[in-house]
Amino acid sequence: MPALNLATKGLNVAAIREDFPILQQTVNGGKPLVYLDSTATSQKPGAVIAALDEYYRKYNANVHRGIYALAEEATARYEAARKQVQKFIGAKSFREIIFTRNTTESINLVAYSWGRANVQAGDEIVLTLLEHHSNIVPWQILAKEKKAKLVYIEVDEQGLLREDQIDRLITDKTKLVAATMMSNVTGTITPIKRIIDRAHAVGAVCLVDAAQSAPHMPVNVQALDCDFMAFSGHKMLGPFVGILYGKRALLEGMTPFIGGGEMIREVFLEDFKANELPWKFEGGTPAIAEGIGLGVAVDYLTALGMENVREHERELTGYALSKLQAVEGIRILGPLDRELRGGIISFDIPGIHPHDVAAILDREGICVRAGHHCAMPLHEHYGLAATSRASFYIYNVPEEVDKLVETLAKVRKIFNG
Amino acid sequence: MDDLYRELILDHYQHPHNHGELEDADISFEDSNPLCGDKIRFEIKLKDNVVQEVRFNGKGCAISQASASMLSDELIGKSLDEIRKMNKQFILDMLGIPLGPTRIKCALLPLKVVKAAAYGLNASPDEEDEE
Ligand SMILES: Cc1ncc(COP(=O)(O)O)c(C=O)c1O
Repeated sequence: MPALNLATKGLNVAAIREDFPILQQTVNGGKPLVYLDSTATSQKPGAVIAALDEYYRKYNANVHRGIYALAEEATARYEAARKQVQKFIGAKSFREIIFTRNTTESINLVAYSWGRANVQAGDEIVLTLLEHHSNIVPWQILAKEKKAKLVYIEVDEQGLLREDQIDRLITDKTKLVAATMMSNVTGTITPIKRIIDRAHAVGAVCLVDAAQSAPHMPVNVQALDCDFMAFSGHKMLGPFVGILYGKRALLEGMTPFIGGGEMIREVFLEDFKANELPWKFEGGTPAIAEGIGLGVAVDYLTALGMENVREHERELTGYALSKLQAVEGIRILGPLDRELRGGIISFDIPGIHPHDVAAILDREGICVRAGHHCAMPLHEHYGLAATSRASFYIYNVPEEVDKLVETLAKVRKIFNG
Repeated sequence: MDDLYRELILDHYQHPHNHGELEDADISFEDSNPLCGDKIRFEIKLKDNVVQEVRFNGKGCAISQASASMLSDELIGKSLDEIRKMNKQFILDMLGIPLGPTRIKCALLPLKVVKAAAYGLNASPDEEDEE
């Protein structure tokens, strides 16, 4: 890539790109890889890949209960990663950090363990129209089982959450509010603090889906005062492991989710005593290498500074929004003000199906996603079955935006002659 | 210029044959591609078990729509038995373009719908067409 003149405020993107082996390759006969799908999963820096490799080569052993040196090292590193994540999101205790498979599993854990014990017939669960299916379906399952009611905070024409509905829909009937901090379709940053405060004012518990915010902006669970937070390591430079944060008092009061080894203190013929936090919620052998790799990813992001990450993406998103708006006929979902959104841009070009857009972009080595992005209710709201989505991370540069825009012109030409 | 979007494909996409609805269809079926939520519906009018008229409607990408349009031409004059015997290779030959694993699903959706219609609501017994 040539010299970078934009979006380098705070980040040395040229140096960052060097850290990502996958970006060094060319695809489709010599075209540089333009990866614009970090919302689905981010690329991984060499340091994370090396950590996985090192674990398998040098100290592959099951964690906990091992008396030999290898097992002790694996355990120490796995538990160190937990503390790195704790620091990264500003949690009070490592006991509040539970490793899961992904955001989806984290949310299901809360729906199953907390939800089943606390939600009753007639209670309301408040969601937003911006949610990913993984923050909708677990609540639908729970609501069906308990005869509870789902209520959705809607979005306005700009794609922002209807703030006027927060107080109206979160009421003393509300048991739980589950809301995203950043939409994976429109990039909308939600007024999450207001939502959490309102939930607490009516005595409800609030879960924050941070799958898109934790990788891209500063997030502090104590400042937010959220009760639960779910996010995915694989979207923040790490391997495929998920995280659930929960306030200790809440977690202590919950029954386990997955029963088996690791999560017990003692087992008798008829009953068991659960392990202490956080292992109480980590049934079976965890994804050890992935957990350790996540610690390395968190270190990498911390070294860059999450303020700088956000600043870089704010600049790049502003640049992309202005360039994309010039594409004839394009409809961009979500706010056009870069201050109100993250680096996720879903768009529609009328008459050209997103699959076709993505297929033609792919010929030029550009990776974007096409579909409903696991947010069918939101697409329904926009009257679209599918959109194309370009998303950015620390390694993306303005030249890649230019390439996207140029190729979109080509797409239009193929279809409109 | 682009082998995936040959003129023939684009032409069928932009000017689909047999597009619309039939007032008095004998059989009809609709299905969607879970990948993108695209829907295709086929309506068929028969005489002595032979396709007289066919219409399709719904939304989709250029590949699925062109496949539906070209397939609709092929259906006319065919018996239900002949339709039941159509397979993946028939569609690939008809389209004549290289398709990756994802786009193959788009290309095959119309055939899936038509075969389901031909078999009645008991879905087609051979799922070998999937991949
Ligand atoms: C906002 C949001 N929530 C939840 C998820 C689900 O994440 P995972 O597939 O890692 O469970 C995603 C992933 O796309 C997301 O963007």
